[in-house]
Amino acid sequence: MTEDAATPPTPEHASRTSRGEPSTFLEAIAEALFEEMIRDEAVLLLGEDIGEYGGAFKVTRGFLDRFGPDRVVDTPIAEAGFTGLAAGAAHVGLRPVVEMQFMDFISPAYDVITNYIATSRYRGAGAQPLVIRGPVGGGGRAGPFHSQNVEMAFFHTPGLNIVYPSTARDAKGLLKAAIRSDEPVIFEEHKGLYRAPFLREVLPVDDLVIPLGKARTAREGEDVTVVTYGMMVHRCLAAARSLEEEGVSVEVVDLRTLLPLDDDHIMESVRKTGRLLIVHEDTRTGGIAGEIAIRVNEQAFEWLDAPIARVTAPDAPVPYAPDLEDAFLPDEAEIARAVRYLAKY
Amino acid sequence: MAETAEQDQIMEPQEAPQVELDRYSKEELHRFLGEMLFYRRFEEKAEEAYAIGKIGGFCHLHIGQEAVALGMIGPLREDDYVITAYRDHTQGLAKGADPGAVMAELYGRDTGTSRGKGGSMHIFDVEKGFMGGHGIVGAQVPLAAGMGFAIRYREEDRVCVCFMGDAAVNQGAFHEALNMAAIWKLPVIFVVENNEYGMGTAFSRVSALPVVDRARGLGVRAHHVDAQDIVRTHAFMEDLVEEVRGGAGPQYVDARTYRFKGHSMSDPVSGTYRSTEEVESRKKEQDPIGVLRDRLMEAELLTEEELEELDKEARARAQEAADWAEEQPDPDPSELYTHVYAEENEHGRLYFDGRDREED
Repeated sequence: MTEDAATPPTPEHASRTSRGEPSTFLEAIAEALFEEMIRDEAVLLLGEDIGEYGGAFKVTRGFLDRFGPDRVVDTPIAEAGFTGLAAGAAHVGLRPVVEMQFMDFISPAYDVITNYIATSRYRGAGAQPLVIRGPVGGGGRAGPFHSQNVEMAFFHTPGLNIVYPSTARDAKGLLKAAIRSDEPVIFEEHKGLYRAPFLREVLPVDDLVIPLGKARTAREGEDVTVVTYGMMVHRCLAAARSLEEEGVSVEVVDLRTLLPLDDDHIMESVRKTGRLLIVHEDTRTGGIAGEIAIRVNEQAFEWLDAPIARVTAPDAPVPYAPDLEDAFLPDEAEIARAVRYLAKY
Repeated sequence: MAETAEQDQIMEPQEAPQVELDRYSKEELHRFLGEMLFYRRFEEKAEEAYAIGKIGGFCHLHIGQEAVALGMIGPLREDDYVITAYRDHTQGLAKGADPGAVMAELYGRDTGTSRGKGGSMHIFDVEKGFMGGHGIVGAQVPLAAGMGFAIRYREEDRVCVCFMGDAAVNQGAFHEALNMAAIWKLPVIFVVENNEYGMGTAFSRVSALPVVDRARGLGVRAHHVDAQDIVRTHAFMEDLVEEVRGGAGPQYVDARTYRFKGHSMSDPVSGTYRSTEEVESRKKEQDPIGVLRDRLMEAELLTEEELEELDKEARARAQEAADWAEEQPDPDPSELYTHVYAEENEHGRLYFDGRDREED
């Protein structure tokens, strides 16, 4: 793509890599969107306040000037309507990326996602490949409707993909893969990671695409496997570092994609350590820990030396009050306690 | 204020004008009659097959509403899009889906339009621009807006026609979609098949305003048409489609029709939510096939013999579809897991149906 005087400037935050600068998690997402829009004219963005305002979290700041209102579409506040519209456009060949201003607001679109988008291929209609992305997660004192994790509302629906990255590199590579995928993808971005200074990194200059459906080992260890994703990856890594000093070697597996789950990666680690802790920020009942536990039971039971354990948020809405919210979210101490229990078992 | 008055003027619903028969050739008029007879005979075949258990689940017949399918879809090009709700068999046929494949889908066979996975409510023929077949009231309306959005995005001159029943206009998705179609001037014609009943509830019992007035607050031009009159409906739609192709933006059509059968197969035709007298009088006065037949005979454009011949052909085509469907294979149980994702994905699950592990 040649840049001439008539082309509006590339948004600074969406082009750090090309200047050799480090990107935050949020900037990595902006880069993925920007590069995919340059690569493929069928890619467009839809969402509330994403154009003139630049998005609630400013992910798409400057995109409207660069790509125009046909490709950066400020929608009415009507999630069922614009998600359905995106599905229809995807059905006939476009590649829409829908932003939920907060992922909590996806619920009005639950019908179109689970009944229509997820089943389109099965019903003989062909794919409706679109990405629905947006901020999730607690810790920001944002209360019950702006702090949730939405994965388990969709995890049960065959036909969907759910991606939940934990690093800037993964955020960029997985989002690019999601946009190119022929599957519908729900893409969760933890708000606490968006501008976290410790996640700033210089990203590879080449086209960074990380395949969906593959977990990664965030830290190698021998004694206990901790399977987790998103913000909790970093809390688990912190716990692992402190446990190292106690002589407990912890392996941390970052799922990256929740649906489909990378069973092989999980089993390989469990077969090595014989002990499994699952950690998620989402609430407990019906959480992904239950599904992972039964799969390990099915596929690696003989290798287990201890019961499978989990650390999760309790079964409650995300509270507002700081003390309450801190108590709600799984922390390093809880994770370490659970690992110690397993290591000694 | 002047602007508001002008907008009010534009937003005043327009009635589709009556048209003279000579707008069409005799051959064309005979084709209209023959197609509607075919739709009717096709649906009667489906009804028959349902009664003896060859078709299961839900099955919504279009009998009485044939002129909507033909009149609204007939004027479209193959590359235009049609999307609809679950009373979708004849709309699929009108858009060019193969009758055998549609019937095979009703029979749940491997060669059905959705390989037996969709059934009656989910007929598709994407190559012919028939975008389904959707089982939830009103939820297809935003998808239609999306197809209109894609047309505009790629600067094509296609149009999208979106059917819905009258009850759909009370869904939130309807209002969201029409608003977006209006602000972005999308080339979508929203057609309400107004048969006066949402399943077993009269529209007027659950709506404060009539169907035709429901788009006014959304900035979409409204029309109404006697959709039991194929000549009027077809001519109206021909003109409207060309306007939309030329950039007129979204349109809203109250297509006034009537359902002669129950909502679905398990539903009585009359006696609970509508009277037998009402149904009988509508069948007598407003059968789209009867209306055209009488008009053609009066104009001496149709003889009894020609009518019989057309009906014989229609019956033969319906029979052919049913015979073909009958011979089709059932889907293999392994098909259960295909078409969920682009590539079949086992997710490493442990099953007890013999698919993955040898019995020890």
